[in-house]
Amino acid sequence: MSLFADPRWGEALSHLPDYLGNHVRVSLAALALGLAISLPLAILTRNRPAPRAVLLALASIVQTVPGLALLALFYPLLLLAASVTLAWFGISFSAFGFLPAMLALALYSMLPVLRNGITGLNGIDPALIEAAKGVGMTARQSLIMVELPLALPVMMAGIRTAAVWVIGTATLSTPIGQTSLGNYIFAGLQTQNWVFVLFGCFASALLALAVDQLLGLIESGLRQRSRLPAALGGIGIAALVLATLVPTMGRSSQSYVVGAKTFAEQYVLSALLRDRLQAAGLSATARSGLGSSVIFEALKAGDIDLYVDYSGTLWANQLHRTDIKPRAELLAELKTALAKDHITLLGELGFENAYALVMPKKRAEALGIRSIADLAAHAPTLSIAGDYEFFSRPEWAALQKSYGLSFRAQRQMQPDFMYAAVASGEVDVIAGYTSDGLIAKYDLLVLDDPRHAIPPYDAILLLAPKRAGDERLKTALLPLLGKVDIATMREANLRAAGNDANSSPDAVAKWLWEKVGKR
Amino acid sequence: MPSRPMIGYSHVSKNFGALKAVDDVSLDIAEGEFLAIVGGSGSGKTTLLRLANRLIEADGGTITVEGEDVQTVDPVALRRRIGYVFQSGGLFPHLSVADNIGITPRLLGAPAADITARVDELLELVQLDRRAHRDRLPEALSGGQRQRVGVARALAARPRIVLMDEPFGALDPLTRDALGEDFRELHRKLGLTTVMITHDMTEAILLADRIAVMRGGQLLAQGTPAELSTSGDAYVLELLRTPRRQVERLNALLPQSGAA
Repeated sequence: MSLFADPRWGEALSHLPDYLGNHVRVSLAALALGLAISLPLAILTRNRPAPRAVLLALASIVQTVPGLALLALFYPLLLLAASVTLAWFGISFSAFGFLPAMLALALYSMLPVLRNGITGLNGIDPALIEAAKGVGMTARQSLIMVELPLALPVMMAGIRTAAVWVIGTATLSTPIGQTSLGNYIFAGLQTQNWVFVLFGCFASALLALAVDQLLGLIESGLRQRSRLPAALGGIGIAALVLATLVPTMGRSSQSYVVGAKTFAEQYVLSALLRDRLQAAGLSATARSGLGSSVIFEALKAGDIDLYVDYSGTLWANQLHRTDIKPRAELLAELKTALAKDHITLLGELGFENAYALVMPKKRAEALGIRSIADLAAHAPTLSIAGDYEFFSRPEWAALQKSYGLSFRAQRQMQPDFMYAAVASGEVDVIAGYTSDGLIAKYDLLVLDDPRHAIPPYDAILLLAPKRAGDERLKTALLPLLGKVDIATMREANLRAAGNDANSSPDAVAKWLWEKVGKR
Repeated sequence: MPSRPMIGYSHVSKNFGALKAVDDVSLDIAEGEFLAIVGGSGSGKTTLLRLANRLIEADGGTITVEGEDVQTVDPVALRRRIGYVFQSGGLFPHLSVADNIGITPRLLGAPAADITARVDELLELVQLDRRAHRDRLPEALSGGQRQRVGVARALAARPRIVLMDEPFGALDPLTRDALGEDFRELHRKLGLTTVMITHDMTEAILLADRIAVMRGGQLLAQGTPAELSTSGDAYVLELLRTPRRQVERLNALLPQSGAA
């Protein structure tokens, strides 16, 4: 079977207008803003060594911040700014998606533009600046008529570098809610869909390459003072921008946006929700790959309309509670608390995706372990692995306190690899997720939690404040409530973890609906 | 006063740090005169020239241009009414020949049609073919052609004064001779007042009416070549002896013209 016969290529292609258009839009805006800030700064500091050094140092520092961190940083910053403007001026803005991505990328673009701008302006033959003065130019005329045109090729080289950086880094804006070609990569990594990962990489590389070549044409045109290549490059860039932006322009903003966090189950569920809304005749899109803290704020602000979260997550992260309550009580209290933010807790889907201590069934039987209480006696000779946040979460503290757990060693791992690691004996116990399909695949045992140290993690459907009274939406979603049991969800997750045509979130969502729709 | 100088330096000085680049120089240049300022590198001749259009500001003394103290004139306006020919052209590499020549009229806000006509007139004046050169970039010109464009640019706004900073120094001898002669002719025809800097006494004697000799920031002597030869200053006499010695040696080495 040919690699390209895989139907996921077609699925990937169907997202291209949306992802590419948004990618180009945010890159273009970031670059424009970056230029609007950097070029005047380069001009102002060209004859002032001290501020110039400070500026270049600052821009260099920004450059050393990893792109992902810089993008992530702008979200809370803007959230804070939005709350301040709301308090002072009564106006607020969305700290989600386009704005933080654009600002972070603009900042990222500044170093090459500044550096080349200053180099270009300082590299001009002083005799020519003297000549400009000598023929009667004012300082301003000299700048506009002589210095800037002469520095332009060098400046253009900087703009070119900045454009390539911005286009590359824009793929990292997916987790803060900006749709980009990164959506392929994030979704592909989480659902082990390598077709998507490849597609996303190729698409962004091709875009960067095309822009680089076209800007290079303009640059060499400027350098050789020949109009044709410069004009061709300019036309090429304009055509590229138009071709990528036009297909997504004028798209209705009335459509419902379904959010999803960054793991496979969330991709599947958001696809399921989107399909249900579309089946009910509502226009809907999925916005996937959102960071865990971003997604709740995005719902609160109305940037997304609905998503699935887990009761225990909100209990700890949003309500900042460390006590643990029985599930019904916890849900009721959560519902009341969310209602204060005008968020609707529509109901539970029917399964839990909780943290759980998991080990191979055979090993557990051999050691006579059935619950965490049994495990505690063996723990000092065993090692445990968890995801990147587990050991700093309240659940871990609660487990240690309730059962007196103390392991020989603890390690952090990428969730996808944990299950294989415990199955192969590389670690003895993992902090897995109850709904993970790999539990069945590797024949693992979820240890009982008789002292209820881990809070319930019911999958719950949340609606944005602006959708609180939306009966059509609620009617479309009601058939899902209570229908998705843990066994079905595990199987769905196992399917999503596969690497074939049936493992894409869309395909799994369809399968899931066929299973639960008739119930 | 019967005739007021076109350019007048009166006790002018200029220091760069501890260096006295121009040291109490007084010098008048009359209307229609062609003055050459001769001196070695570091003699202060370039500084003296640039003080006239305020590319450099004086520290002391008074400079007048057409009777006005330059300190009372806006420097940009002053520069627009004084032509300036730069060493090796100083042409803007990104502008065509026509745009280079028309730059000062453009800065003065002349209508585009007038500038076009003026550029063509000037190209003819400096003996460059209009069609062949008009739209070229400076890099496509020879050194001599570039300097002709430089002269045309200096004349574009019809200045009465032209300042020239070693204009022919970098050219090959044939081009240099032809260009010097042509400019001398322009100077006469247009009734210009010209101040030219050169380190070459031969060039000064051949082109200028009067010569000023600078050394170490000071004006050692000024006058016609004949007047200078009676100067008591050893350096001035040494400068004058060089071209004479060259002529004598050339006469001895080269067969007389016409002799087969």
